[in-house]
Parts: sequence; C-alpha cells; structure tokens
Amino acid sequence: MDAQISKEAYEIAAKQKKLGYQIKRNKASYLMLAPYFILFFLFTVLPVVISIGLSFTYFNMLEAPTFVGWKNYIKLFLEDDIFLISLKNTLIFAVITGPVSYILCLLFAWIINEFKGKVRAFLTLIFYAPSICGNAYMVWNLILTGDRYGYLNGILLKFGFIDEAILWMKTEKYVLPVLIVVQLWLSLGTGFLSFIAGLQTVDKSLYEAAALDGIKNRWQELWYVTLPSMKPQLMFGAVMQITQSFAVADISIQLAGNPSVNYAGATVVTHLLDYGSTRFEMGYASAIATVLFLLMIGTNKLVQRILRRVGE
Amino acid sequence: MADTKKKLRNPFRKRPKEKRLNRSVAGNGILFFLMAVCGVFMALPLVMIINNSLKPLDEIFQFPPKIFVRNPTLENFSDLFVLMNNSWVPFSRYILNTIIITGLGMVGHVICASLAAYPLAKHHFPGKGILFSMVVLSMMFSWTVTQIPQYIIISWLGINNTYAALILPAFSFGMGLYLMKQFMEQLPDSLMESARLDGASEWKIFWSIVMPNVKPAWLTLAIFQFQQMWGNTGGLFLRNEELKPLQYALQQITAGGTARAGAAAAVTFIVAAVPIIFFLICQSNVLETMTTSGMKD
Repeated sequence: MDAQISKEAYEIAAKQKKLGYQIKRNKASYLMLAPYFILFFLFTVLPVVISIGLSFTYFNMLEAPTFVGWKNYIKLFLEDDIFLISLKNTLIFAVITGPVSYILCLLFAWIINEFKGKVRAFLTLIFYAPSICGNAYMVWNLILTGDRYGYLNGILLKFGFIDEAILWMKTEKYVLPVLIVVQLWLSLGTGFLSFIAGLQTVDKSLYEAAALDGIKNRWQELWYVTLPSMKPQLMFGAVMQITQSFAVADISIQLAGNPSVNYAGATVVTHLLDYGSTRFEMGYASAIATVLFLLMIGTNKLVQRILRRVGE
Repeated sequence: MADTKKKLRNPFRKRPKEKRLNRSVAGNGILFFLMAVCGVFMALPLVMIINNSLKPLDEIFQFPPKIFVRNPTLENFSDLFVLMNNSWVPFSRYILNTIIITGLGMVGHVICASLAAYPLAKHHFPGKGILFSMVVLSMMFSWTVTQIPQYIIISWLGINNTYAALILPAFSFGMGLYLMKQFMEQLPDSLMESARLDGASEWKIFWSIVMPNVKPAWLTLAIFQFQQMWGNTGGLFLRNEELKPLQYALQQITAGGTARAGAAAAVTFIVAAVPIIFFLICQSNVLETMTTSGMKD
C-alpha cells in the first residue's frame, strides 16, 4: 500500500516537473503576458536582433548588406579616434550625471513629498517642467549666448569675474562641463515622477512604528524606513538613469552642434547619429549601438548590486 | 477601508490634522528655501514659453532678448488660427488623428503592460526571469538603429501608413512594463491569496485588486505615455496627409521661418500646454490615492 502511494506521488511529481504541464497549469499567466509580449517580440526584440546582425555587415540602406565579420568593431576601436573621444566623453557624462541626477531626483521627490495639497502638485509640475516643455534648450541658448548679452556673461562681467565675454559653446574646455550642468537640470524626468509615485505607496503605519522604535529625525526615517520600502522604484530609477545618461545626444547637438568644436561635446550617440542618419552607414552605426548596449548592461549589473544594500 | 466609508458619510467633517512625526520647524524652513531657489531655475522654460507666446512680433525679435513680455497680446494665437484655417487638410482632422493615436496608444499600453506585469511580479512559471530581463535590456538598445528593421517589419505586416503602425509598437514599450512590475511587486501576497480563496479568477484579481492598489503607478505611466505619443509626428510610418497627427501639422506651420515667428511661439505654447494639463489631472489623482487607498497588510 505504502509503496503504491509513494509511487503515485513520484509519478505526480515527475508530471509536474514537465514543461508542458507547467505551461498548462500557468495558462492564465501566459494569457496575460501574450498581448504585450507578442508585440514586444515583433517590434522590439526582432529589430534589436536584426540590428546586432547588421553590425557585422556593410549596409548603406540602398544595396543589400554584405557580411564583413568583425571589421566594424575593429575599425571602431583601432581606427576611429572620434569614437574613442566620444566614448571618453560619454563615460565622464555617465559617471557624473548618472549618480548626481539620481540622487537629485530622489531628494527633490522626497522633499516635495513633505508638502501637501496644491503646493505639492505645483512643485511637482515646476520640477518636471523641463521634461515636459519640448524646447527647454531655448532657455540655455539665452543664458549661454557668447556675447555680452548672454545672461551668464552679463552677470560675470558685471561682478568683474571675467574681463570679456566667453564663447561658452565654442570653447573646448567649457563644452563638457556646461553640457553636464544642462543635462542635470533636464534630468528630473522619469525617475523623479516614479519616485513621487513610489513615495505614495509607502505604508504610513511604518512611520509610526519607526517613531516608537526610536527614530529621531527625518534623515534616519528616510534611510531606515522610506528607502527600503521603495526599493523596486529605486531599481527602476537606476535603470532609467543609466539609459538616459549613456544616451545623451540631444542637448549636445542642440547646444554645441554636431560635430562640436574639436569633438568636445561628442558622445557615443551623437557619433552613432552621425553615421546612421548623416552618412547612412547602418552597419557601422549598429556596431556602435551594440557596444553602447554592452556598456549599459555592464553598468546596470554593477548598479543593481549596489542598490541591494540600501537600508542595511 | 472602514475609515474611508466614514469620510464618505460626512464629507463636511473637518479632517483631523495629521500629525507629522520627526519634523522640526528649522528643517522645514531650510527645505522650503531650497525648493524656492531651485524652483526658480526649473520654472524657467515654462515662464519663457508663456511669455513668448504673448509677445508682439517686435518683442520676439528684440535684441538682446528679454524673458518677460512688456505689451502682452493674443495676436500670435489669432495668427495661428488664421493659418490653421488655410490648411489643406481641415485642422479638425489632425486633431482627430492625434486623439486616436495618443488615446489608443496610451490606454492600450497601460493595459497591455499592466496585464503582463502582474504575472511577472506575482506568479511563478517557467521563462519568467528571461522575459523580464529581455524587457529591461531592450531599453538599453539605441532606438536610432532599430528604427530601420522596425520599418521593414511594419511594412511586412502591411500596416504601414495606418494608425496601427504607430499604435501597436507603442503598446509594447519596455519602460511601462518595468514600472508596473516594480510597483506590483510591493503588494503583499496576502492581498491576492485571500481573493483566491474566495474563488476569484486571476483576471478578476487583476482588475479589482491589483490595479486599484497600484493607481499611482499607472497614472504616472499614463503621463509618460501621453507625452511620448503626443510628441510623435508620424515620421516614416504615416505618409498620407489625412492620417498625420496634430504635432506634424503644427511643425509645418512653424517651418515657415521668421515670417511665422509669432504663430510659432503660439504653437510652442499649445504643444507644451496640452501635456501639462494632462499631467496636472493625473498628478492630482496620484495625490488623492494617498487618502483613499486601503492597502494594509
């Protein structure tokens, strides 16, 4: 009797292990996934796979692509000096704007969360404004105009810090620092709003419990209660920050031009756009995209590892 | 939930003032000051767009440029409306196109992404990890180079030059699924477990338990997606003039160069104002959830 039961149990267990059974049992899950993932495979995965494939070809968008092996990648790292400059710029950009902007997003979201009602909605709008107004660069063009009438030059001249107007976007050493500042100002976007929403979901009773447990001030409360409760949002914010700071291109093109003075404002994506949209060398552009992709994946791995330690 | 009902019964009852723990007056003062200073900088583009749209032509071309308007006028807007009326395709058609593309693209994406995010966050099944990491990784590939293969696929499906060419890809943007999954992960399992014991199907749990509890998340996602779809000009995918969205038509007007600088300033204002209004509607609802959500473990 016993042996028979255990044999039956064994058979059931074996059956449950089979993939077919698993799929059948989780039918509801797969049905829910289906609409999104069918479209996702068609319009995202397939194009990405094709692009990676194209990175091993020469493709000018008029003739059929011809296979060239690793040639694009070899050229990228050994012959293309501008790529190396743009890679260096992108890394500087990412290392500075990534973490700083992430912390700013979190800080502002958290401070705004301290306010209530109308003030709060108003503040959220103000801080999100650069992301919602399409032509935010316009403001910076005014501020950074290279003659005496540019606001920044005007102020610096008035207080005697400089003797003559500086051509901000045409002087090599200023381009990257200025772009970094503008990017920081622009970057309170996706991450910021998701933090605002994330703060809403923190269970309020946790704060009362924490106060009883002897938490003294708002900083302790932030580190021990708020941040650990919104870890999923922190992870999300980090990924958004990585994708944004490695893909900086628009502000560089708008403010410094493409190509910029001595490539001082060149980033990997401006380089990619140069090849993809101006020279129509899609094979080479795809190789650049693939390298950037690998770079972001690596950074993401690292950042997720750091974030796991929040609140410990 | 109990105290929500109480509030509903007597809406005029004065809500007891919420006590804030661990807050010092000095700290509040410093934070307020900090926000005021930073706020001025952040508000600049908004201030500029509003002022520019109200400037008469001579002020728009004034050198050196000033941020604030001196003689506000609505001329720019009336100019814009004249230009709109002269357009070859009636302007109402562009507006209709935008409503269809933005509306469907947004609603469809929020539903598809949430529906897929729920099992990824709360169910266990083979393939879950791979599917999720593919979505996250997909956000890291440069959009510029995938555009061409995407165009080929859309042509192959035969939906080129239809609304679907813009709407269907929008359903499957990566960010939305990731955002929804992160929020759903936070829901306590007990919430769904008890509903399951009551015999609720997974669909029912999704609609009546999961979605109401992650309202801040999908309202935020709606803002992102609205902005994304609103900014779309149709690009490669729409060739017929009658199918193009408002954004395209407005850009055509501003392309008129210096002669249309006034109308262009009005266009910039409208292009920013619509998402701002949508943003405010959604945000005020995000804030409301704070008082009404009954999520307790």
